[in-house]
Amino acid sequence: MIRARTYTDARTQAHSNAELNWWIFMRVSGLILMFLVLGHVYMTFIQVSESDATYDAVINKLGNPAWKLYDWLILVLALLHGTNGARYVIEDYVRSRPNRAWVKMFFFTLVGLLFAFGTVGLMAVK
Amino acid sequence: MTQTPVIDSAVNPPVAAAPAAVDVPMMRLHVKILRFNPETDKKAHWVTYDMEAQPGDRMVDVLNEIKWYKETGLAFRRSCQHGICGSDAMLINGRNRLACKTLVRDVAKDGGTVTVEPIRGLKVEKDLLVDMEPFFDAYRAIMPYFIHPTPFPAKEQYQSEANAEKMAHSSNCILCACCTTSCPIFWVNGSYIGPAALVQAHRFIFDTRDEAKQQRLGVVNQNTGVWRCRTAYNCTEACPRGIPITQLIEEVKREVMFGQS
Repeated sequence: MIRARTYTDARTQAHSNAELNWWIFMRVSGLILMFLVLGHVYMTFIQVSESDATYDAVINKLGNPAWKLYDWLILVLALLHGTNGARYVIEDYVRSRPNRAWVKMFFFTLVGLLFAFGTVGLMAVK
Repeated sequence: MTQTPVIDSAVNPPVAAAPAAVDVPMMRLHVKILRFNPETDKKAHWVTYDMEAQPGDRMVDVLNEIKWYKETGLAFRRSCQHGICGSDAMLINGRNRLACKTLVRDVAKDGGTVTVEPIRGLKVEKDLLVDMEPFFDAYRAIMPYFIHPTPFPAKEQYQSEANAEKMAHSSNCILCACCTTSCPIFWVNGSYIGPAALVQAHRFIFDTRDEAKQQRLGVVNQNTGVWRCRTAYNCTEACPRGIPITQLIEEVKREVMFGQS
């Protein structure tokens, strides 16, 4: 093993299954998302008639807790899956440590905001 | 005592004359080499050499011809020149290959051009010569040596054919760096351990007699280890030994997932 000279090196060398778990998560969430999203497309565009595409109909549909859970699952899984994928890309391509920290911090904040707004928006529908 | 009798051709003309050098048509080719001299150049530049070669010549023969008769300053590594030592990996026509396993007829037509560049992702020291130290650092990191059980076994450690089969591919590696220097993640990321080191790790992780499997799994179970492989398959295409490298890396991933204790 290459000897760790900094705290960051030591931390990366410490035993942790984090990367393994993220790798498994990517596979599992990808598979689930595929069915969730295809199902969503089917239920919103194919199963319903055009006359249902009104504000009231959508609000009515989202009032159903099952729909809320369905949409929220897509929101959470897609955000985590996408964020982790982008983290892979950032760690591959942004080599300077300070830059990497900034890019990640900005990106994770953005994702956190998206998650907050998405959840609030979804749950606000009565 | 068996000794080949010396035939005095004046007295005993050989019955069948040795076949005269078969008249193989020579190919004309332009060998375009990316050259760099650290003492005089700031940037690498292309130099083209007009050569003649038989279609069955290897690229290393052509490079030797250039070095011996045209440009003695040309720097490139080669040792056994029979595809075993793994010294002469280079980027020939945009693909990582061993110059000693590449025939001229496979990379050029008569009158055509062959490009030769140093392998990518490692610092070029001169011409086709790169600094292999980062590559071997990664190799050392996975502890590329057999670790026997303690106390030292009194008897020979047998291994079944089925168990030997598990590491049949990974033990074929000659450490030529064709795979690691074709990996897009290795190019852009300075800390990825690279496919060659992972193949070596596979060789020892799947050796049933080896005692340090858990330590090796610990080395590859890192951000810089096996999880950085994005399965681009460049390594598998580049390997001159035909090792299914990406598949072996996936096997190591599975072993990290299921074989950790």
